[in-house]
Amino acid sequence: MNNQLLKIIATDCGSTTTKSILIEYVDGEYRQTVRGEAPTTVEAPLNDVTRGVVNAVQELEELARLKYNNPNIKFLSDGDEKEIIIPREGDVGVDAYVSTSSAGGGLQMMVTGIVAKMSGESAERAALGAGAIVMDVIASNDKRLDHQKIERIRELRPDMILMAGGTDGADTKHVPEMAELISAADPRPRLGSEYNLPIIFAGADMSQEKVKSILEKRSHLIITDNLRPSMERENLGPARDQIHEIFMEHVMQQAPGYNKLMKWTRVFTEEKKIETVPIMPTPGAMGNIMQTIAKLGEIEVVGVDIGGATTDIFSVFTPEYVFNRTVSANLGMSYSISNVLASAGLPNILRWVPFDINENELRNMIKNKMIRPTTIPALLEELVLEQAIAKEALRLAFIQHKEFAVSLKGVQTQKDISSAFDQQTTGQTIVNMMTLDLLVGSGGVLSHAPRRHQTVMMLIDAFLPEGITRLAVDSIFMMPHLGVLAEIHPEAATEVFNKDCMIALGTCVAPVGKYKPGQISLTAEITLPDGTVFKEEIPTGEMRLLPCELNKNAKAKLTPGKGLDIGAGKGQPIEKELPGGVVGIVLDTRGRQPFVLPTEKEARISSLKKWMKVLNAYPEQILN
Amino acid sequence: MSQAYSAGLTVTDSIVYRIKRILPLKGKVTVNKGDKVKSGDLVAETSLPGNVLPMNIANKLGCTPQQVASYMKVKAGDKLEKGMLLAEDKGMFGFGFFKSSVRSPIDGEVESVSPLTGQCMLREPRIPVQIKAFIDGIIVEVIPEEGVIVENKSAYIQGIFGICGETTGEIKVLVKDPSQKLTPDLITPDCAEKLVVGGSLTPYDTILKAKELGVRGIITGGIDDEDIKKILGYDIGVAITGHEDFGITILCTEGFGPIKMADKTFNLLKQFEGKEASMHGKTQIRAGVIRPEIIIPLDFKEEELVAPTPKDSLLLIGGLIRIIRQPGFGKIGKILSLPEVPINVESETKVRVLTAEVEGQTLTIPRANVELIEN
Repeated sequence: MNNQLLKIIATDCGSTTTKSILIEYVDGEYRQTVRGEAPTTVEAPLNDVTRGVVNAVQELEELARLKYNNPNIKFLSDGDEKEIIIPREGDVGVDAYVSTSSAGGGLQMMVTGIVAKMSGESAERAALGAGAIVMDVIASNDKRLDHQKIERIRELRPDMILMAGGTDGADTKHVPEMAELISAADPRPRLGSEYNLPIIFAGADMSQEKVKSILEKRSHLIITDNLRPSMERENLGPARDQIHEIFMEHVMQQAPGYNKLMKWTRVFTEEKKIETVPIMPTPGAMGNIMQTIAKLGEIEVVGVDIGGATTDIFSVFTPEYVFNRTVSANLGMSYSISNVLASAGLPNILRWVPFDINENELRNMIKNKMIRPTTIPALLEELVLEQAIAKEALRLAFIQHKEFAVSLKGVQTQKDISSAFDQQTTGQTIVNMMTLDLLVGSGGVLSHAPRRHQTVMMLIDAFLPEGITRLAVDSIFMMPHLGVLAEIHPEAATEVFNKDCMIALGTCVAPVGKYKPGQISLTAEITLPDGTVFKEEIPTGEMRLLPCELNKNAKAKLTPGKGLDIGAGKGQPIEKELPGGVVGIVLDTRGRQPFVLPTEKEARISSLKKWMKVLNAYPEQILN
Repeated sequence: MSQAYSAGLTVTDSIVYRIKRILPLKGKVTVNKGDKVKSGDLVAETSLPGNVLPMNIANKLGCTPQQVASYMKVKAGDKLEKGMLLAEDKGMFGFGFFKSSVRSPIDGEVESVSPLTGQCMLREPRIPVQIKAFIDGIIVEVIPEEGVIVENKSAYIQGIFGICGETTGEIKVLVKDPSQKLTPDLITPDCAEKLVVGGSLTPYDTILKAKELGVRGIITGGIDDEDIKKILGYDIGVAITGHEDFGITILCTEGFGPIKMADKTFNLLKQFEGKEASMHGKTQIRAGVIRPEIIIPLDFKEEELVAPTPKDSLLLIGGLIRIIRQPGFGKIGKILSLPEVPINVESETKVRVLTAEVEGQTLTIPRANVELIEN
């Protein structure tokens, strides 16, 4: 651990805003102390990302001076060409500056494999895990004709291509064939017309020479270890490292101002040397922090970041802390809001709305948000509608995630008589909502909801947590910053994450199984931190909210109804401490597997109003 | 501290307008610096590589990839005509009986022959691409082999959303005031080849009639999303438009639903009624924002083509704003105050606000929900 780092600046250069935070070592602990932001300046007229960084850091500087009433605090050098001062001397400068970036559309990749569901999927996992948006997966067996594949490769202008396919030790003609299709398409990189497109080959070792002879002259070819050396094993690390390296060396070099920014991101080491810290793609950094939380806490985690254009979902499930990330490129709350409507359909959005609305007006409202993405809902009705849309965006993104986060397909398994009965096959989702410990939300609609109760409601309705699950939210969107900080100082990143970034919302308890109307679904006896005892036999179709403040636990004895399960097996009781939070403990007997809303409009609206009142989600006026 | 502001859409009677006309691949620029051009004039052209057709010769002849080279009758770079012999094997027992052959299914050329896989890549003839000037103006810069920059002095209107690509035509205003709906009866045969101007809303039936009568473009305050879906046959998911092939360019100045066209925009269009203009519906809302535009060229002298330095848009007391979200969508107001401290609005969202005088009332509005009207 580097104990010299007392002041650290981290920035995230997003598509529209550059967000800066200051992390300081104060009274024996790392805390996030000041936050600033400024418009990103990667596009015309300024065309230099560092201008936005300087503005965001300047705001930090001003706020830090105010906070500590110390005019000597200074992070930026003087003159027209300002830059962040490292190393620090007293109040002047900082000890480290780190940054993430998703400006200009982030990292866009195309991947190829032989079998779409095997090497294709492994390559996709490697690219997504490195923080990329995967534009297409082209596979030998994807049912497109060769000339269609060539056309597709040509029309995409990715930042780089990742090629996979074939296991080590085996020769296959499909890999060189794919290389020939790529060569014939002669794809050009998205940014910068003067350099060759980087292609990473992470496929069969015996195909390396053939691929080299086909692609070396037309591209910048990098050969690395096979990401699927055998059917039973994925080895994504080397490919991910290469993606990060090329992102830094080639892609970032082409984006306006990044040459300069890459020289700024540095750390003053214990050996009194200044070392460069690579810029990370924003989702890659988010994935980093998710994995760190899971490993340090020995828990299973699902995290979501819902933005204006995309929704990213991260999950870490044991054993072995398997990490998965998916990006739903066209599910978001402003730029892509209209696509949520197109994908989910109007009835699915309206099922979350506790009042009548003219469908044509709703369609126009959604489109107006799309064309004016920075506006905010001033009317309560519009807020409710936006949150209904958010639930559907999250639900759809999570479906995509569950379909992608699966055990390896194509693994040969020995079948015995018992496996013939349990019908287990390879390629099952590893997302298990019953064993999930923590669900973390991030992104404007979740982080900045006027009431944290609304965040809880959106997370529960969209993800339908099962059994006992803790809920949390990223307070001000600083997970990417902490993800890149974890590269140089994991302890500082975790400390700030726990103390300033993650706000515990509370715990959700939801029995799973087939509910019967009128049945008692949950018997709860809960001793709250103030000594109050809550005791109730809760029937099907109800919600309860119990106050249980932050950093305190409630002692609970929970007995699920007949045939239902809250983690210990059907009908089995559980005695457990339930962590509190800014919202509290939610008992939800509305059903899981399946979760069903009343189909008849009046009954549905009446149920929604009842639950929203219990959760204290909205002011009374809209629920009467 | 950061100064919150929202730059509005530009609507002005005089601007130095500059547009880059660039080829998708390197090619030939057909004009010179200083040339005066009309919107329909060709400024650059190239030809894109034709589509590639892979043919696995080894599979077709039933031989190994290594044998393919000896059977090929053409080599990389050779020109091809449809039906031409590409490869032929030696026939049964090598005596020429029952020879198998492969013929070219296309005109074009041989791209490559692979000894590794036995695959032969054929390429179709190149596809010509021509770039026109789009506006009447002057060529101020030639980017060798890539394209040109055209400049002129124009009256200029930026829309909020549009569909379909570039078009030109004479401006014809069909409504009496900016709050009037453009109904089908207002579209008459003399609207053919014109850019017609409506008021608050242009419904589906009107659009269909306009298309039928050969109208080139519709400029409207609002449009119903349901109608856009009917026109295109699909729901617009992400806001990237301009590539649609509907046959009539539509530009909305305000947004979705019935919204009165801003007086300034309407009056400007009225002022230039009868003039030739260029317009497009290209819209992209994300990194690299593109808005649809109407460009009405004015007479100018070359020395007038000096673009002023862009200024930051700042919200100032006394400034004019337009509300761009409910409540009060589309209304114009005058800023009365800019409180520093964020406040809770009806939705309980805590935001920075301004107060403005709107139609005789004082309203508190989130700053994010207004745009500045430049004078």
